[in-house]
Amino acid sequence: MQKYSIFNLIKNAFSNHQKWDLAWKDPTPKKEYDVVIIGGGGHGLATAYYLAKEHNITNVAIIEKGWIGGGNVGRNTTIIRSNYMHDDNALFSEFGMDLWRKMSQDLNYNVMFSPRGIINLAHSDAQMNLYARRGNSMRLNGIDAELLNREQVREIIPMADFSKNVRFPIFGGLMQPSAGTARHDAVAWGYARQADSMGVDIIQNCEVIGFDISGGKVEGVRTSRGDIKVKKIGLCVAGSTNILADKLNMTLPIETHLLQACVSEPVKPVLDKVVTFGAGHFYISQSDKGEMVMGGDLDGYNSYAQRGNLPTLQHVLTEGIAMMPFLSKLKMLRTWGGIMDMSMDGSPIIDKTHIEGLYLNCGWCYGGFKATPASGWTFAHTIAQDRVHELNAGYNLNRFNTGHLLDEKGLGTKTWIS
Amino acid sequence: MLHIKCPHCGMRSQNEFSYGGDATVKRPELGKEISDQDWDNFVYNRKSLRGKHLELWQHLSGCRQWIKVERDTATHEIFRTLKANEDNS
Repeated sequence: MQKYSIFNLIKNAFSNHQKWDLAWKDPTPKKEYDVVIIGGGGHGLATAYYLAKEHNITNVAIIEKGWIGGGNVGRNTTIIRSNYMHDDNALFSEFGMDLWRKMSQDLNYNVMFSPRGIINLAHSDAQMNLYARRGNSMRLNGIDAELLNREQVREIIPMADFSKNVRFPIFGGLMQPSAGTARHDAVAWGYARQADSMGVDIIQNCEVIGFDISGGKVEGVRTSRGDIKVKKIGLCVAGSTNILADKLNMTLPIETHLLQACVSEPVKPVLDKVVTFGAGHFYISQSDKGEMVMGGDLDGYNSYAQRGNLPTLQHVLTEGIAMMPFLSKLKMLRTWGGIMDMSMDGSPIIDKTHIEGLYLNCGWCYGGFKATPASGWTFAHTIAQDRVHELNAGYNLNRFNTGHLLDEKGLGTKTWIS
Repeated sequence: MLHIKCPHCGMRSQNEFSYGGDATVKRPELGKEISDQDWDNFVYNRKSLRGKHLELWQHLSGCRQWIKVERDTATHEIFRTLKANEDNS
């Protein structure tokens, strides 16, 4: 593989950048693989990369119905954080933060990781107490957290609404300084390029039609580009989890919902943090291009549409304007939607299943992007060793049966309520 | 925006409704032997497929009645709406 470096950049300038190697190949599927990963998104690509790098399993195919990185890894608001209270979530996410910090070097691909910090705003004394508790839990798990009062928040984000008579006055906030953003497409492409260089076949435009299961064991997968014999399959298909589970006669604690995001026209640098509204569901950051990147609630009813409806967008942006009134002056540049695998306790599932050789990675709800490296790393471990790693032990499927739910937000099973 | 025909009030905008989830899920009958699996299926497990989906909505800013709506989850086409106690077979 050609290394990306300043020297190669200069060298290729002499040939007008026409002679760069392709970042990944376009192979036809082989008849047999050791592992097949279904889903060429961030998690699937990362899983294949760590299978090759950490476990030396390179006879691997990634099967993608569309094109790689065309789903949620290309549709999210790029936020990376580990500000969780529960141990299982906190330790998993913080492990991921370490991978994020090293990612650009590790992949030889600039993912533009920008640890600019995230602030969750609080709008009441009760919420400040809750944030103090969460911040303390985070610190006990080795994650940086700072509780900010109103004046400290005002110093960092003076453009937020600090006037007297607002419906949701800002009391303060909880900041994780090491949180941030990254260039989402680069994450998918970086993982794809490295996985490909280690021998992984990335097979695009290849839809899974069915599975060959016999005697409770995985024997193969049937695709639109032929049957493939394989003993181990990893399912990494986010919003399409329910569709593939149905082909396996499984019913999962997952519903598929639509989440929208949008960007404003680009403006000069105004916001150097990720900020979330505490009295509703709204989050905002500013991209390197200057666009304000915003998101919030689900559309609120089961959906595979990959495009949103206006009432939800209006609701979300109303919250945004309540938090930062200057947003009302901006024009909207783009809106889009992606389909989320909403789990019934808001936490993901990375686990084995009752079918031998079938592994499940789903339920990422609002937080799939930031989990990409940790999810790939632990899922690769689970597949390669045929047992879960302690980092994803809490993300088991059985918790819905035993009652050990990981309900970080305490919302219960109504996934569409925010 | 969706337009939902409330069986009691007629065609109204989506803004008047709130969502209530899969309408085919049935609470296990009390007084009978109920397995953990039965409870899981009632509380957590959902088919949530692409295509026709029978779901509950409440006409919150209207007659406040719960209704059933058969909708396509990919195109949002609404095929029919029913009163909550109407048979959907």
